[in-house]
Amino acid sequence: MKDRAQQDHWLVRPATIRKLWWGFSIVLALTVAAQLFVYVKGYFGADGWFGFGAAFGFLSCLAMVLVAKGLGVFLKRREDYYAPGDDDV
Amino acid sequence: MFDVLPPAIVMVTGAILIGFTRGHWRTLFVLGTPLLTLWAIWQIPDGVVATVTFLDYPIEPIEGSPLRRLFATIFAVMAFGGGLYAYRQAKWYELSAALIYAAGAIGVSFAGDLITFFLYWELMALFSTVVVWCGGTPGARAAGIRYAIMHLLGGVILKVGIEGVVVHTGSIDVQPMLATNFDTWMILIGVLINAAAPPVSAWLSDAYPESSPTGSVFLSAFTTKTAVLALILLFPGEPVLIGIGLFMVMYGIIYALLENDVRRILAYSVVNQVGFMVCAVGIGTQMALNGAAAHAFAHILYKALLFMSAGAVIYRTGFSKCTDLGGLFRTMPITAVCGIIGALAISGFPLTSGFTTKTMISQAAADNGLVFVYFMLAAASAGVFLHAGIKFPWFVFFQKDSGLRPKDAPWNMAAAMVLLSALCILLGVFPGLLYAFLPYPVDYVPYTAGKVLFYLQLLLFSGLAFFLLLPLMKRTLTISLDTDWLWRVLLYRIARAIYTTVASVGVTLQTRIGDSLDALRRRAGVHFGTRPSRAGVFARAWSIGTTALWIAALLTAYVLVYVL
Repeated sequence: MKDRAQQDHWLVRPATIRKLWWGFSIVLALTVAAQLFVYVKGYFGADGWFGFGAAFGFLSCLAMVLVAKGLGVFLKRREDYYAPGDDDV
Repeated sequence: MFDVLPPAIVMVTGAILIGFTRGHWRTLFVLGTPLLTLWAIWQIPDGVVATVTFLDYPIEPIEGSPLRRLFATIFAVMAFGGGLYAYRQAKWYELSAALIYAAGAIGVSFAGDLITFFLYWELMALFSTVVVWCGGTPGARAAGIRYAIMHLLGGVILKVGIEGVVVHTGSIDVQPMLATNFDTWMILIGVLINAAAPPVSAWLSDAYPESSPTGSVFLSAFTTKTAVLALILLFPGEPVLIGIGLFMVMYGIIYALLENDVRRILAYSVVNQVGFMVCAVGIGTQMALNGAAAHAFAHILYKALLFMSAGAVIYRTGFSKCTDLGGLFRTMPITAVCGIIGALAISGFPLTSGFTTKTMISQAAADNGLVFVYFMLAAASAGVFLHAGIKFPWFVFFQKDSGLRPKDAPWNMAAAMVLLSALCILLGVFPGLLYAFLPYPVDYVPYTAGKVLFYLQLLLFSGLAFFLLLPLMKRTLTISLDTDWLWRVLLYRIARAIYTTVASVGVTLQTRIGDSLDALRRRAGVHFGTRPSRAGVFARAWSIGTTALWIAALLTAYVLVYVL
C-alpha cells in the first residue's frame, strides 16, 4: 500500500493533500485577517463588514449548491431521455 | 465605392479560398485571413465610411466607432486563435464555415444600418449551423437542425421588428432605442434569442457540446457576443435587460452545477457570463457599457481557452463526461495549466482579465445604487468560481485517477492555448491595454487593496465551499431538463396529439362519407344501372315509336301550358 502511495504522482499522495489543506486553510485565515489592516470599501454598508466577502462567498455557494441539488430532483433524467424511442415515427 | 477594404468581405474571400487550396497554402489562408482582416479592421475610421442606395434606402455597410472596432478586433483575434487551434485537426469545410461565421460577426460589428445588420446576422446563423453539423454525429445533425430552427425563428422575429421600425420611423440606422412598442420589442427579442436569454437559452447548451472539439471553440465566441454588441448599439440602458441578465447569471450557475458533460458545463457558463454583460447593458451608464464591452472582449478569450482545453481532452481521450475523466494533469500538463488559467480568468481572479473587466460591471451597479443587482453579481462571481473555476479543472484534471494516460495536446492546439493564456494574464496585469480601446473614457482603478481583498475572500471561500460540499456534487450519469424540453418533448407531443386527432377525425369522416356515397350509388343504380338483366328505368333502350309518342305528349303538354 505504501509503495503504491509512493509511486503515484506526488500531487495526489495523501501527505501532500494534507499539506495542501493546511496551506489552503492558512491562506483563507490570512485573507480574512488582512482586513484588519486593509480597508475594504463598503458601497452598501454590509459589504464593508469584517469578513463579509468570506461569509458571503461561502454562504452564496452553499445556497447555490443546495438549490441546484433541490432542482436536480425534478430536472435530472437518464442520459437517453431524448433518444428516439419506439413511438417515434 | 469603398475607400477601405471591408473586413467582412476580406474574411469571406479568405474562407472561400480555403476550399480551393491544399497543404501550406491552405494553412496560409486559415491563419493569414484573420490577420489580414484584423489589419483591415484598423483601417476603418470613425463614422460612416460608405453609403450605397438600395431600394431607396441608404445602406451603410461600414460604420466605424471605437466600440465596433473593439468587437471586430476580438472576433478577428479569435478567428486566428481558433484557426491555429484547429487547422491541423479540423476538416477544411469546418474551418471555412467557421471563418465565414466570424466574418458574419465582423460584418454585424460594422453594420451602420439595420438591413446590412440583418444580412450578416443571418450569415452567422447559417454558417454556425454548418459548424455544429461538422460534429459529424447523428446527435450533432439533430442538434444542428434544432439550432438552425431556433436561429431562423429569431431571424424572422428580428426581421419583423426591423420592418416595423423602418416603416414607422422611416430610419434604417442602427441607433439606440428602447423597447417601447411592438417593433422595438421584436428587435429586442430577436437579438436576445442570439444572446441565449430565457426562455430559449437551452439552444446554446444543446448545440455547442455536439459540435466537434474544434468547432465548439469557434461557436463559443461569436453568436452571443455579437448579440451583446447589438444590445449595446441598440438598447443601452433598457431596464428590462437587468432582470434578464440576472436571471441568465443564476440560471447558468445552477445548470452548470447539475451538469456532467464537460462542454455542457462550459456552455452553461457562457450563458452565465453573457448574463453579466446583458445586465451591464441594462444598467446603461458609461461605466456599465465599458464593462460590458471589456467583459465581452475578455470573455471571448478565456471562454475559448476553456473550450480549447476541454476540446484537447476530448480530442485525445474521446470522453467528454466528468464521470469518465479525472487525473489527466499527469500526462496533459500544458492543457491542464492553460485550462486552469482560463478557469481563474473566468472566475475573475486578481491578475487575470476576468478581474479587470467583470469588476467594472459590479462597480457600475454600485455607483448607481442598485443594491440587489450588486449583491447578486457578487454572489454570481462566487458561483462562477464554483461551477467553472474549480469544477471544470477539478473533475477533468484531478478528482479521481481515471486511469487515462493520453498524450498532451498537439503542438498547434497547445500553441493556441498558450497564446490565449498569455492574453488572459496580460489583460489582467496591464488592464490599461484594453481600457484604452473602450468606447468611453475609463475612470476606473481595478487594483485597490480593498477590492482585491474583497474578491480574494469571496473567491477563496467559494473554493472552500466547493471542497466541503464535494459529496453533494458527485457527478451522476444524467442530463437535466432545460427549456429545450418545451420544444423537444412538449411541442412534439402536442404535434403528435394534433396529428392523431386529425387522423382519427379523417378516418371517421371517410367512413361516413363513404357510406353515404355507397347508398347514393345504390339508389342511382336502381334508375340508371346498365346491367342488361335489370337495367334502370333511365338506362333502358326505348323503341323509336315509343320515343316519338312521348315527345308528342310532351310537346302537347308544353303547348297547353303555354296557351293557358
